[in-house]
Amino acid sequence: MIPAAFAYQRPASIEEALRILGANPGAKALAGGQSLLPLLKLRLATVDTLVDIGRLPGLRGVRPLGDGRLAVGALTTYSDLLESPAKEYGLLRDALPHIGDVQVRNRGTVGGAIAHSDPASDLPACLLALDAELVIRSASGERTTAVDGFFEGAFATGLLPGELLTEIRLPGPRDDAGSAYVSLQQSASGYALVGVAAVVITDGVGGIKAAMVALTGVSDRAFRARAVESALAGSDGSDASIAASATHATDGIEVSSDIHADRAYRTAMAVVYTRRAIEAALARLR
Amino acid sequence: MTTDVTADPLGASIKRVEDPRFITGAGNYVDDIKLASMAHMAILRSPYAHANIRSIDTSAATSMPGVVAVFVGADIPYNPMPMAWPAGGSAGIQNNVSTPRTLATDSVKWTGEGVAAVVADTEAQAFDALDAIVVDYEPLPAVVDADKAIQPGAPQLHENAPNNIVFEWTVGDKAGTDAAIDGAEVVVRQRIVNQRLIPNPMETRGDIGWYNPGTDEYTIWMSSQTPHIQRLLLAAFVMGVPEHKIRCISPDVGGAFGTKIFCYTDYALVLFASKALAGRPVKWIESRTENYQSTIHGRDHITHLEIAGKRDGEITGLRVKTLANLGGRLSTIGPGIPTTLYGRVLSGCYKIPNVYAEVTGVYTNTTFVDAYRGAGRPEATYVIERAVDLFAAEIGMDRAEIRRRNFIAPDQFPYDNPSGLGTASGGAKIYIDSGNYEPAMDKALAMAGYGDLAAKKAEARTRGKLLGLGLSTYIEVCGVAPSKWIGAVGEGWGAAMWESANIKMHLTGKTVVTMGTQPQGQGHETTYSQIISHELGIPMEDIVIQHSDTQGTPFGYGSYGSRTSSVGSTAAIKAAGKIREKARRMAAHMLEASVDDIEVDGAKYFVKGSPDRVKTIQEIAFAIDLAFDPPEGMEPYLDETAYYDTPNCTWPFGTHIALVEIDEETGVVELTRYLAVDDVGKKINPMIVDGQLHGGIAQGVGQALWEGAIYDDQGQLLTGSMLDYTVPRASFFPNIELDETVTPSPVNPLGVKGVGEAGAIASTAAVANAVIDALSPLGIRHLDMPYTPQTVWRAIQGSKGGPA
Repeated sequence: MIPAAFAYQRPASIEEALRILGANPGAKALAGGQSLLPLLKLRLATVDTLVDIGRLPGLRGVRPLGDGRLAVGALTTYSDLLESPAKEYGLLRDALPHIGDVQVRNRGTVGGAIAHSDPASDLPACLLALDAELVIRSASGERTTAVDGFFEGAFATGLLPGELLTEIRLPGPRDDAGSAYVSLQQSASGYALVGVAAVVITDGVGGIKAAMVALTGVSDRAFRARAVESALAGSDGSDASIAASATHATDGIEVSSDIHADRAYRTAMAVVYTRRAIEAALARLR
Repeated sequence: MTTDVTADPLGASIKRVEDPRFITGAGNYVDDIKLASMAHMAILRSPYAHANIRSIDTSAATSMPGVVAVFVGADIPYNPMPMAWPAGGSAGIQNNVSTPRTLATDSVKWTGEGVAAVVADTEAQAFDALDAIVVDYEPLPAVVDADKAIQPGAPQLHENAPNNIVFEWTVGDKAGTDAAIDGAEVVVRQRIVNQRLIPNPMETRGDIGWYNPGTDEYTIWMSSQTPHIQRLLLAAFVMGVPEHKIRCISPDVGGAFGTKIFCYTDYALVLFASKALAGRPVKWIESRTENYQSTIHGRDHITHLEIAGKRDGEITGLRVKTLANLGGRLSTIGPGIPTTLYGRVLSGCYKIPNVYAEVTGVYTNTTFVDAYRGAGRPEATYVIERAVDLFAAEIGMDRAEIRRRNFIAPDQFPYDNPSGLGTASGGAKIYIDSGNYEPAMDKALAMAGYGDLAAKKAEARTRGKLLGLGLSTYIEVCGVAPSKWIGAVGEGWGAAMWESANIKMHLTGKTVVTMGTQPQGQGHETTYSQIISHELGIPMEDIVIQHSDTQGTPFGYGSYGSRTSSVGSTAAIKAAGKIREKARRMAAHMLEASVDDIEVDGAKYFVKGSPDRVKTIQEIAFAIDLAFDPPEGMEPYLDETAYYDTPNCTWPFGTHIALVEIDEETGVVELTRYLAVDDVGKKINPMIVDGQLHGGIAQGVGQALWEGAIYDDQGQLLTGSMLDYTVPRASFFPNIELDETVTPSPVNPLGVKGVGEAGAIASTAAVANAVIDALSPLGIRHLDMPYTPQTVWRAIQGSKGGPA
C-alpha cells in the first residue's frame, strides 16, 4: 500500500502547471486524488511526476455564463456541485449523492472524474446526456470540445500530452426538459454495472421532441445511445414507445463482461435501466 | 464516564469504557508501536497458485537503498507451522498434513504464499526492493475447486496427499441412516455450495519481532486473538526456542472474526529477522492485498444433502456428504472446523434420529481456510435450515409448522444428538443442556406478521416485486470447551480450553484484573469490570482489566468460539470469590468476630446482627496489603488467581426471520426487514450483546447477498480488493429488530451463553430461505449464494425458459 517513488510538484498557477505538464510527458495532474492515489498505492499505476493542481486558484466553483449556461471549474468537488445551481438538473441530484462516500465526494473533483475516464464512473454519462462542453488548456492556448467523443476508451480521453481540463460548461436548465440518472451499482465498489442518464425534451402535448441518453458501466467508455435517442425523438411518450426505444440501448456497442455482470446480463440491464431512466426523466416533467 | 456507583452494573447497558480511546484515535494497535532503530519488512509473495521454485536471486535487492537484509526459505531453520487440530484427533483418522514453512522453499501452493522477505530502514524501501528479487518459477497446473481437485488426473499438490485428500472423516450411524433414507416416504436431495468468504477485519494483521541478545529472549507484538497459544506453538513446534524465552504481546486488536487465532508464518519471520539482525526490531504490517491472499479464508463447502421423513412432517433421517476446501496448505486448526464444529451439529435443534455425515478435506491451490465467525456452525446451520425448507416444500407443509413438529422438546434436555456430540471417545462428552425453541420462534413469527404473509406477497406483486420470508431456527455450540472433551482422543485439538483470571486489590482499593482472554473489539474491559464490580462491590472506575501480554497475565486460551463471557467470566468470578473469602477472614480478625459470623453485602463485611461493626473491602485491602496485623498464617495482599474449566459448552438458540423483495426485472434483492429473537441466556451488558448481534447478522447476510471469493482457473484471486469483494455496509441494511427469550445457561454461575457468533450462524440461512421463498412461485427450489442481481436474474430467466 505504498506507491513507487515519484516526484511531486505543486505549481502556484495554471500557467506554471501547464509548463510542467508540457515539459514532462511522464507527468500526471493530481486533483482530488480519489482515483489516482489508490491506483498508485496499489502499484497498479506509476508516474514520474505528480503535478498537484488541487489548490490552483480559479478552478473551483460554479458560475453562470452570460448565455444561461453554467461553467463548472474542473476542481469543483462532487459536494460543491450538488450545492451549486447545477442541482437544478435532476440527473445530477440522482447521481452525485451516490458517488463514493462522503470523503470521496468532498475530495473528488468533476474535472478529475472526466479526465480519468473510468468506464464505470457515473459523471461521464451525466455530462454526455447534458451535452456538456469541455474547456481544455495547454501552454499553447485554449480549446473547447464537446464531451461527446471525448471518451476514447477505458482511462483514455482526447486530452493531449500537456493539456489540462479546466472547465466544464453545462447548458442552462430549461422548463421543457426533464432528466434522471439511474444505476445498478456494483455492490463492492459502488461503481455502475449499468448507469443511464437521460434528458428528455417534450413537445408540450405529451410527446417527446428530443432526448439525450447516455450509458456508463456497459462498455469501455461512457457513450450516447443514438439509436435510443432516434427512436424517442418524435415519439408519443407512451410506455410502449419508451420500452421499444430502450431495446436499442447497446446497439453497435461492445458490451463488457466481468465477474460481476456478464455480457448477457449487462445487455439486458442496459435496456431495463435505459427505460427506467427515460421514465424517471419524464416523470420529473409531470 | 460517570456511573451511579451505588447501582449494580451487572446486566446494565453501560457504555463501553474502551470506546473513547478507539474512536478518538488513541488506541494502541501494532502499527502504532514504534521502537527505536526499528526496521521494516516486506514479503515477496508468489504470483503463481502452483509452481516449483527453481531458484531465487536476491543479489540486486540486497544492494537496494536502505535494504538491511533479504531472506529466503533456505535461510530459516524453523519447522513448518503446526497443525494443531487434525480431523478426528488421533483416533485413527489419517490426516495428510502439509503446512506452510516460514518462507516457501521448494514450491508454492497458492497465489500469495511468501517466498522471500526484505528488511529495510523504511517500509517504502522494503517494498521497492521486492521488485528486484528474481524468482525462477516452474509454473504447474492449478486446481481451485474441491470437486475438481479429487478427480482423477487433477493437479496433485502434495506427495503425501493422494488425490489432494487431507482426510476422510465420518460421523453418525451409517447403517441406520441408510436404512432410514431407503425406507422413507419422502426423500429430498440437493447439492448446495457454501461459498468461500474473506473475513475482512478492519485492522489487517501485523507484528513486530524483537530479539534481545542480552537475555536471549524473543518478544513479539502481534495482532492476535491468542497470544498465549502463539507463544506455546512458536516455542514448542516452530522455532525450537524454550517457551519461557518468548513473550507475546497482543495490544489493541482491530477486529479478527477468527482470522487472528492462528499461527502465521510472519510471526516466526519477524523474530528470525530480528535475531539475524542482532536484535534490531523488525516490523511487518500486512497490506489489504496480502490480507486477502494470505490470511485465512472461511467456509468453502460443497455439500450433497439428503433429508428423509414422513408426509406428516416427521423428519427421520439426514445424510450429508461434504467436500471442505482447506486451501493449498493447512492452517492451524483447519481440519477441526468442518469436522467437530460442523459434522457434529448438523441436526441443529431438531430431534432427527438418524444422522450420518462424511466430510472430506481437500487441498486446492487457494488460500488456506480456517475458522471464520461461527466456524463450521454457520455451514451446518445453512445445511439443516435449507434441508428443512426443502423438505417442507416437498410435502407441502408450512415451514414454521415443520420446525415446531421436529424441535427437540423442552423435556428432552439434556439431549445427546446422533451426530456424536455425546459419543466422543475417551469418556468425555458434551450434550445440549437446555433450550426452549418454540417460544422464540413464536415471538419472531408474531413480530414478522407471519400470518399475513400471503397478503404481503400479493401486495408486493402489484409493485412488480417478489416478496419472500425466510426462517432460521438455529442453535450453536458456544463457550468452548471442556478440556477433557476438546482434548479427548478422537475429538479435539491437542490442548485444553480452560480460562484464567487474576485479581489484585491494591492498598488503595484500586483493583487490577488480568485475564487470559484476548479482546478484539468485543468490550471485555467493560463487561469484566461490570462482573468484578458486582462481585466485589467496588465501583467500575476502580477496576482496570488487563490482558494481551503473556508476561503478567495467567495462561489463557484466548477469545474465539463465543467463549469469553462463559468461560472467561467464570474464571473471573472464581477469582473474585477467593478474594471475598480472604477478605472475610481478614474482616473477622479486624472485627474480632468469628469468620462464620461475617456477612458480606457488596463492599461491606459486617458482623451478623451488628451492621455497625463493619469494614469495607477497601479497608480490608489496606490492612491485609500492609499486613501489619494479619491473622495467624494469612499471607499478605489480596491477590488471587483462578483457573476454570467448563463442564459443558453453552447452547444459544433462537429464530431469525428475513424478509426480502426481489425486482423480477433486474434480479436485485432488497433486504426489507430483518428480525431476530435470540436466547443467549443472561446478559452482562445488553447493549454490547445487541452490537454483537448486529455485526454478526450483517456478516451472515453478507454471505447470502454479496460476498464470495472468486478464483480463476489458474488460481488468481479475482476478488482481490474491496473494489471487487463486497464488504457489507450499514446502508445495505434495514434497522435490525431484536428481541429475546432468556433461558439461563445451567453451566456457569452467570447463566450466560456467548453471543459473538450467533448472528453470523443464524442469518445466512434466514436470508437464503427468504430468497428461495420469494422465487418459489417460479418453480425455483434452490439457488446457490451469493444472491447477486445477476445470479437471481439468471434463475428467473431460466424459470421462464430464457437464457440460463
